[in-house]
Amino acid sequence: MATQFVEEEVATTTTSDQLWREGAELRDAKAPGGPIEGKWHKRQFEAKLVNPANRRKLTVIIVGTGLAGGAAAASLGEAGYNVLNFCYQDSPRRAHSIAAQGGINAAKNYRNDNDSTFRLFYDTVKGGDYRARETNVYRLAEVSAAIIDQCVAQGVPFAREYGGLLDNRSFGGVQVQRTFYARGQTGQQLLIGAYQALERQVAVGTVKMYARHEMLELIVVDGRARGIIARDMVTGEIETHLADAVVLATGGYGNVFFLSTNAMGCNVTAGWRAHRKGAYFGNPCYTQIHPTCIPVHGETQSKLTLMSESLRNDGRIWVPKRAEDCDKDPRQIAEQDRDYYLERIYPAFGNLVPRDIASRQAKNMCDEGRGVGPAVNEKQTDGSIRNIRRGVYLDFADVISRIGRDGVAARYGNLFDMYAQITAEDPYETPMRIYPAVHYTMGGVWVDYDLMTTITGLYATGECNFSDHGANRLGASALMQGLADGYFVLPNTINDYLADAPFPKVSPDDPAVLEAVAGVKERIDTLLSIDGSRTVDSFHKELGHIMWEYCGMERTDAGLKRAIGLIRELKAEFWRDVKVTGVNEDFNQALERAGRVADFFELGELMCIDALHRRESCGGHFRAESQTPDGEALRHDEEFLYVGAWEYAGDTPVLHKEPLEYEYIELKQRSYK
Amino acid sequence: MNITLRVWRQAHGAPKGGMQTYQMQDVSPDMSFLEMLDLLNEKLTVEGIEPVAFDHDCREGICGMCGVVIDGSAHGRGASPVPTTTCQLHMRSFADGATIDVEPWRAGGFPVIKDLVVDRTAFDRIIQAGGFISVNTGSAPDANAAPVSKVDSDRAFDAATCIGCGACVAACPNGSAMLFTSAKITHLAMLPQGQPERWSRVKGMVAQHDAEGFGNCTNIGECAAVCPKEIPLDMISELNRELMHALFKKDAK
Repeated sequence: MATQFVEEEVATTTTSDQLWREGAELRDAKAPGGPIEGKWHKRQFEAKLVNPANRRKLTVIIVGTGLAGGAAAASLGEAGYNVLNFCYQDSPRRAHSIAAQGGINAAKNYRNDNDSTFRLFYDTVKGGDYRARETNVYRLAEVSAAIIDQCVAQGVPFAREYGGLLDNRSFGGVQVQRTFYARGQTGQQLLIGAYQALERQVAVGTVKMYARHEMLELIVVDGRARGIIARDMVTGEIETHLADAVVLATGGYGNVFFLSTNAMGCNVTAGWRAHRKGAYFGNPCYTQIHPTCIPVHGETQSKLTLMSESLRNDGRIWVPKRAEDCDKDPRQIAEQDRDYYLERIYPAFGNLVPRDIASRQAKNMCDEGRGVGPAVNEKQTDGSIRNIRRGVYLDFADVISRIGRDGVAARYGNLFDMYAQITAEDPYETPMRIYPAVHYTMGGVWVDYDLMTTITGLYATGECNFSDHGANRLGASALMQGLADGYFVLPNTINDYLADAPFPKVSPDDPAVLEAVAGVKERIDTLLSIDGSRTVDSFHKELGHIMWEYCGMERTDAGLKRAIGLIRELKAEFWRDVKVTGVNEDFNQALERAGRVADFFELGELMCIDALHRRESCGGHFRAESQTPDGEALRHDEEFLYVGAWEYAGDTPVLHKEPLEYEYIELKQRSYK
Repeated sequence: MNITLRVWRQAHGAPKGGMQTYQMQDVSPDMSFLEMLDLLNEKLTVEGIEPVAFDHDCREGICGMCGVVIDGSAHGRGASPVPTTTCQLHMRSFADGATIDVEPWRAGGFPVIKDLVVDRTAFDRIIQAGGFISVNTGSAPDANAAPVSKVDSDRAFDAATCIGCGACVAACPNGSAMLFTSAKITHLAMLPQGQPERWSRVKGMVAQHDAEGFGNCTNIGECAAVCPKEIPLDMISELNRELMHALFKKDAK
């Protein structure tokens, strides 16, 4: 059969410090030629089809039940395939898509403000700092409108105006109002829509649901993905599930930082296991640090909470002009003594600049000594201790005086309540304190236009893949991409592969299956038998500190090299000294976490290597060595206009570059001024 | 803060469990309740004792995965000034030196898996019995084709905020899941898209609710009192009205 991607031979080189090697160039071979407006239709027409009568003979495994996985499972079930759907939670409705707050973009132009498919495409590529693939992003913009139609038909209660039509609001990085929302719970409502569609398929028997199951290995037979090894998290049984194709919809890996806005269970294990089996990992260092999160309260904090970006529509961000004002009650600081720094530096976009810019400026203000909130001792990269405040104000006084407290409550009530509950401060009375936190990972498993990975028959969708957001994701685009992949893209591309199925039957006694099972069992036995002195969480926290310090909002050559060394030491210590209580044949949450953290070590190392090799700043990846005179991210297009796709090769990963071609959008240094 | 914890421990597969007492020192009032349990588990692990199993995931009050009974009230509602999930309850709600009882949801429809973890898959089966709109991907009309009055839309939204945590069941002396079921019935009944299956939906979901072993509603109101999303009790009245109507409709299964 045809190879899934084209490799061009180039000489293999090894970098001087031996951290990685460079391999052959990589290209997407699935996007058809012709004008960009016609590519998706052309691909849909050219893709091979599967006769409806044959679909029920084909089995598709989908791992994950969030917007991408749940939507794909429901849609493929409706199409008639035999779907096996897995999630680690107790119900598919818990997937972390549910926590998305602000909204979902769609090029509907319901507001008559000059929006269009092309503008959404343009905004997304520009917002991603010109590191996304044009073809994929155009398609995303193209299917966006149908997502809203689909969700409304399912009963998703989007916000409406008094005339009964849908309401919109604006989001960061754009100047049109194209964001559809359901109060501050848009993700919840969209996910419940997908979940209901999924349960409908479970009821008719096209989808079989495996909740409380965790994928621990991918089964590859004769070069094709043919199944997974999953652990039943209640009984500990190691199960083999075979299929004709496997889809990963397992979300992002922000929990490598320990503290993030991700759910506690979010992990990279499925993607990483696939990576180790041959799936390339794209742009692992592209991490989104979200500007509006509730600041960290102390060492025992387990997760961070996002305050939706939609708050930046009406909230004004500021810090005191003078450091000596920082411990004052903010209400006592006079207007002329406040620095509304985003409005000052970026007059055109103001508080609605993209996330990477808002985050970095918040960090800069705090680094200057003008942060607010409690001062904490922070270890600096040179080892010294600095007493510093990590927070900026997000102030609603203006909007409250304009539309009243009730008006604000109608827009953001649940967010204000959540803030009050967590911090014991009333944001109607005193400004919120916010600080950036890890929120989303643009990087992920490399896929082609069909969303197939470099392993034949293995697909990756949603946040799990790398494809649409470049080096920075715009607000309200994650929900759009998850549902685009799940409802519309994958169900129209996977048929091209399945048309050649059924593939030769795989026996549960096949050597590849037995090897996968044995590998999983051995790893579990090892984790349980080390019986060291440190808990899994203590390792995870330490890894998170390293990642945040050296691979967080600002990265340097020296820091990243140091981080790689520290991670390797910590990983070795983990495998020597971790303590995992209990047995496999039980409901054992310590064992679950241990396996996830073990994979985070390997991923963290690759993220640092990727960040080290990319000696430019772009989007969420800010290299201190590469900035404009006024401190903005400085790209180097002549050298780094490519996707960094990494092949697993033990300690020395192999870099495959996929060149990015911009035919429709002119490369520019981003400006939001 | 110093806290005395009495936690329900029940081995997986064991028919019975019991309360175990643990002393906690240096608890910060800013910690969430689950962070306090994390601290307990770190301590137990180092001592070689198996940590307490509890369900949790998003820790921002939206996924519905967490939920334990604290001092006799679901999600610790008795200690919290506002409606809350367990993960959004903070230790500042408790007094220094307090003794806190922590138990799993207790209901016939929610068997205990281990310690504080229960099986809530019955909720998924209630949704499977009709809690959806039968629309296949790709066949939807334009989103603005069917306007919905803001009043109906807001009411649908209020119902749709249910997170499926199960606190309503845990709080109800009858172990009834009527608040959960009524929230989905109301959500979909308020919308034009939900009309074609309106009557079969309510009959199917109520029948499944009963088949799962959940009790009936006797208007006690404990469910609404602990609901973290403030689903009001009148949603159950809505369900009853829908069901009465459905019984006289020919097209209902």
